[in-house]
Amino acid sequence: MEKEVAVIGVGQSSFVRGYEGSIRELAFEAFREAIQDAGITQKDLDASIFCSAPEYDKQRSPAGVLAEYLGLIPQPTLYIETICSSSSTGVKVAYSMIKSGLHDVVVVLGFQKMSEITSAESQERMGRGADIQWEAPFGTMMPAYYALYAQAYMAKYGLTHEDLMSVRIKASTYGVINERAVYRKAVKPEDFKQGDPEAKLAGPVAWPLRVGDCCANADGSSCIILANAKKAKTFSKKPVWILGIGAASEAVNMAARSDFAKGLSVGYAAAAQAYKMAGITAKDIKVAEVHDCFTIAEIMAYEGLGFAPMGEGKQLIREKATYKEGKIPVNVDGGLLSKGHPIGATGGSQIRTIVLQLRGEAGPMQVAGEPDIGLVHNIGGVGLYGNVTIFGR
Amino acid sequence: MGFEKFGRKSFTAVTKTSKFVDLLTEGKVEGTVCKDCGAKFFPPRADCTKCFSKNTDWFEMPKKGKLETFTTAYYAPFGFEADPPYAMGVVDFGYGLKLFARLAKDIKPEDVKVGMDVTIRSLKYDDGQVSFEIAKA
Repeated sequence: MEKEVAVIGVGQSSFVRGYEGSIRELAFEAFREAIQDAGITQKDLDASIFCSAPEYDKQRSPAGVLAEYLGLIPQPTLYIETICSSSSTGVKVAYSMIKSGLHDVVVVLGFQKMSEITSAESQERMGRGADIQWEAPFGTMMPAYYALYAQAYMAKYGLTHEDLMSVRIKASTYGVINERAVYRKAVKPEDFKQGDPEAKLAGPVAWPLRVGDCCANADGSSCIILANAKKAKTFSKKPVWILGIGAASEAVNMAARSDFAKGLSVGYAAAAQAYKMAGITAKDIKVAEVHDCFTIAEIMAYEGLGFAPMGEGKQLIREKATYKEGKIPVNVDGGLLSKGHPIGATGGSQIRTIVLQLRGEAGPMQVAGEPDIGLVHNIGGVGLYGNVTIFGR
Repeated sequence: MGFEKFGRKSFTAVTKTSKFVDLLTEGKVEGTVCKDCGAKFFPPRADCTKCFSKNTDWFEMPKKGKLETFTTAYYAPFGFEADPPYAMGVVDFGYGLKLFARLAKDIKPEDVKVGMDVTIRSLKYDDGQVSFEIAKA
C-alpha cells in the first residue's frame, strides 16, 4: 500500500459529564490541541469536516458555525454523520478529498454535547437511530438491541456474564490511567454482585446486559488533521499513514438481520475491505481500538476483525490477550466503556489513541514493542454503519 | 394518516403501508408481497426493491416460528416509562421472514428460551393503540 494520506495532528478534549461550555468551546479544545500537535496554523488547512449526531445539537447545520469559531473561514466546510461512527466516516471522506487531489490538508472535527438533554431523552434519541417506523413503537433503545445480540451469542457459544464483566474490568484498568476518560474508577467483580444493593454495576438494563455492560454518555470533542504525502513530510516528523479503509452498511430493522449469534455484519465487511486495501491480515495488527459501546460489542468485534475465530472471542478476554501486555492489545485507553462515548467525537478519539500508540506517545497506556500497525473499528447505531481504518508508521 | 395508532407510541403518522394498522384492528398481522416478482416483506413495504414495482399486496404472516433471540428491558425510553419490565424478541419463520416485537406479558421470563416455538398475534391496548406480539406456541 502506497503511503498517500497521513494523520499529522491529533487532539481530544477530556470526555466529561456536563461540559461547562457551548459546542463551539467544546470543539475548540480538540482543535487547539490538534493544530498545535501538527505545528500548523489555520492557513494551512484547505477544508474542514464536522461530525456529530444531529439530534443532540440545538444548532442547525453546525459546520459553518464551528468553522467560524475555529478560524476556518473562508475555506469550504461540510457536515458528516453516521451516528456513533460519524468522525471515522469524516476521516474517510477527508481521505477521499485529499487523494482526489482536491485538497492538500483537511481537518476532521467530531463533537457531541449529550448533556443538554436528560438521560431518558438521550435514550429515546439513540433509539431513533434504529427503525422509528417499525421498532421504536415497541419502546426500543440501544442496550436492548445489543442485548438481542448478546442473548443469541451467549446461547450459542457459552459466553458468560463473567466474560462480559471481564471486558468491563479490562476497560476500567485503562480508564483509571487515562486522564481524558469520563469513568476513572477501577471496576471489581464485587461491583457486579447480583442482589447486592451496593453493587452499582449489577442492575439489569436490558437483560442479559447490566449497568456495567453499558458505556457512559459523555460530552467531548476529537480532532484529526490529515494531509497528502508532500505536506505530511513538510509538516510532520512522525506522520501516521492511512493504510486501509473499509466501510459498510446493514438493514436497520432487526427482522432483516441474518444471524444474531454472528455479530454485526458491518464489522466483518469493513474489516475485509480494510485488510485487503492495506495488504495485511489480522495477525499484523499490533494494537486496536474497537467499538465497545457494550461489553458484548467488544467480544463480537474480536471475531469480526479476525482476532479470534467465530465463537472464540471469549478466549481472548479469558486469557487477557487483549490487555496491554497481551498478544493483541485492544482499547488500552479505556474504550467507550470507561473513556465515555460522546457519539460524534468517538471515532476521532479512537484514531487519536492509535496515532499516539504508533508514535510511541501514549504515555502510561503505551503498548511495548514499538507497534507499527494499528486498527480502528467504529460502529454506527446497531451495526447500521461500520468503519474499519488501518494506520501504519 | 392512521399509522399513529401503531404500537405503544408511534413516531410515524403517514405511510403508504398504513393499512397494516387496519389489518391489526381486524386481528391480522400481515406483510406485503410484490405482485410482480413475488418478493415478500416484513415489516411491510410499499415499494419492491427487487423489481422496482409499486404493485404490492398483503399476505398473512406465518403462525409458527422460532424465537431467535430476546431481551428484557428494565428501563424504557422517554414516553414508555410506565411499561418496564417488558421483553422484546425476534421470531424466525424460515423462508427469510423474520419479525421483531414485544413478547406477550403472559410468558413468564424464566420460560423464555432461545429457539423456543412461538406464534404471533395482534393486540389492542386500552388507549386504542394497536400492535402485535410474540406469544407461546
